[in-house]
Parts: sequence; C-alpha cells; structure tokens
Amino acid sequence: MLVKVFVTLKEGVLDPQGKAVENSLHSLGFGGVKEVRVGKYLELSLDVAEAEDAEQQARRMCEKLLANPVIENYRFEVTG
Amino acid sequence: MRWGVAIFPGSCDDDDVVHCLRHVLGHDVRPLWHKDPFDGECDGVVLPGGFSYGDYLRAGAMARFAPVMQGIVDFAAAGGLVLGICNGFQILCEAGLLPGALTRNESLRFVCRRVTLRVENAESPFTCAAEPGALLEMPVKHGEGRYYADALTLKQVRDHGQVLLRYVDTAGRTSDEANPNGSMQNIAGVCNRGRNVFGLMPHPEDATEELLGGVGGLTVFSSMAAEVRRRNGA
Repeated sequence: MLVKVFVTLKEGVLDPQGKAVENSLHSLGFGGVKEVRVGKYLELSLDVAEAEDAEQQARRMCEKLLANPVIENYRFEVTG
Repeated sequence: MRWGVAIFPGSCDDDDVVHCLRHVLGHDVRPLWHKDPFDGECDGVVLPGGFSYGDYLRAGAMARFAPVMQGIVDFAAAGGLVLGICNGFQILCEAGLLPGALTRNESLRFVCRRVTLRVENAESPFTCAAEPGALLEMPVKHGEGRYYADALTLKQVRDHGQVLLRYVDTAGRTSDEANPNGSMQNIAGVCNRGRNVFGLMPHPEDATEELLGGVGGLTVFSSMAAEVRRRNGA
C-alpha cells in the first residue's frame, strides 16, 4: 500500500518561507498570486494488505511523529 | 550538584555545557548518551543545543523518541529539573513537556548575535538567583527559534507566570528590533506549569565567563543549583 501524506501549517501560523516564495513569484510577474503556504509531502510504502490497516497506521504515524499538532494539520490518501 | 547532559547525534553544544558546569561551576557532570536508558540519578538534566538527528522532519522531532528521553520524561514527571537550550528547547516542545512550538525565524535567516533578556518571573528554579526585571545578556544562534503558541495556550502560559525570559532592548523594553526571530510576545524562554522544566533559545552556557564576553548565563545554572540546595535542605 502506498500512503501519500500532506502536512501543512495551520491557519494563522506564520509561514515566512511561503511569504518568500510569494515575493519571488510576484517578481517573476505572477502578480495574481495572493498567498503561498509551503507544506511537506511524504510517501510511505507500507507492507500491509488492507487499505483500512494502512489508514489506521498512517493516522497514528501522523499523530505521533509526521505532524506537530501545535502548528500543523495533516491529511493522507491511501492508494493500492 | 550532579548534572546529566544529554547527547544526541548532532548535538554540538554539549561540550560547552559540560565545560561550564564542570570547570566554571565545579559541579559533577554525567554525559547521558542518547541510546542509553536514564535512571534519573541526577539533580538536574540539560538538553543542549545543536541539530539532533539533522533537524530532519522538524527540529527536535526525532530526539524525543531516543531511549534516553523516556528516562528524562519520567525524571521531569517526578519533579526533576530539566533545562532545554536551543535545540533542547525544541525537543522539549516536541515531546510535549513544554507548551508551544519553535518555528522558522520570521526573517528566514539564521541569527547569531548577542541578545538582552529580561527576567519576567524570578520565582522559578531557573531564575531565582536574579531580581525580577533583571537584564541578562546571552548569545542566540538558531534558524528556527520563533516561539509560537495558539491564543489560548499563550494566555495560559502568561497567566501562570510561565514566561521566564523575554527579548528586550538594552533599556529593558520589548520591541521588534530586540526580537531576533519574531517570537510571539518576544518570548525567549518558557517553563511548564510545574516550573521544573524550562526551555530557552539563547545559550546561557556561552555567557558564563568574562572571556566569552559576559556572565549573564550563569544566572540560569546558579538558580538551578540554589533550588537543588533548597530541596536538599541545605
């Protein structure tokens, strides 16, 4: 099973990195960019057969390590 | 006084802490290797600065799962004094021993300079050797030191006197210029509700001898030593 995990900063948490990217996009002429938020993307290859197991494991991994609940949200997709 | 100094792969300020405790203060020091369990046989534990586990994923995220950390968590739960400096502060937040989190500096730049800190609460084991409002000078050196907590946590931390140090200018006033990383409310160091676990981004160990440019950092260690003497009834 392949799990794709997306970790993003919570709303309201300052993202200076996103701001820097936003400024660069503006100077490249992409004036329509209103905001950029930078997050993380992780691919986990799991040795489990059932999607449900993969989902449960992925949730525990996110809560224990992959995301910091103080500043980050996470979501994931399980694919076959 | 007997100290334990935790050493993780990527710790780089552990020797500075050991030098300060052993040679400047003349205390006993026991290195605590990250792979070894910790039996709690110390008067105080220091988590030093550095880049434990390469700061992978998030600064401090991996170190909290090191075998030595379980013993340190138990030690803290039993009321033991734990001090986290810089990366040690990040580890304590990641481990849930301290409220909030340390995020990327607002400037996106690594900062390395001396800062002035104001003692906000002198009724703690980490600041009791200072007068309230005293100004201490220490260096900072970090890329991810912006203290963040949500509004509710921030209020609780303030209401319970857990903010021990704030970044201020040389006249003792909080200002944006005095804030090296964009920390919320200029917070430089916070303790837990039980006031036995403390984390700060500045480096007290690097301000303990005149040769290093000042001794503002001694306050933190001598406060802890005074607390231990008090606990031991001396």
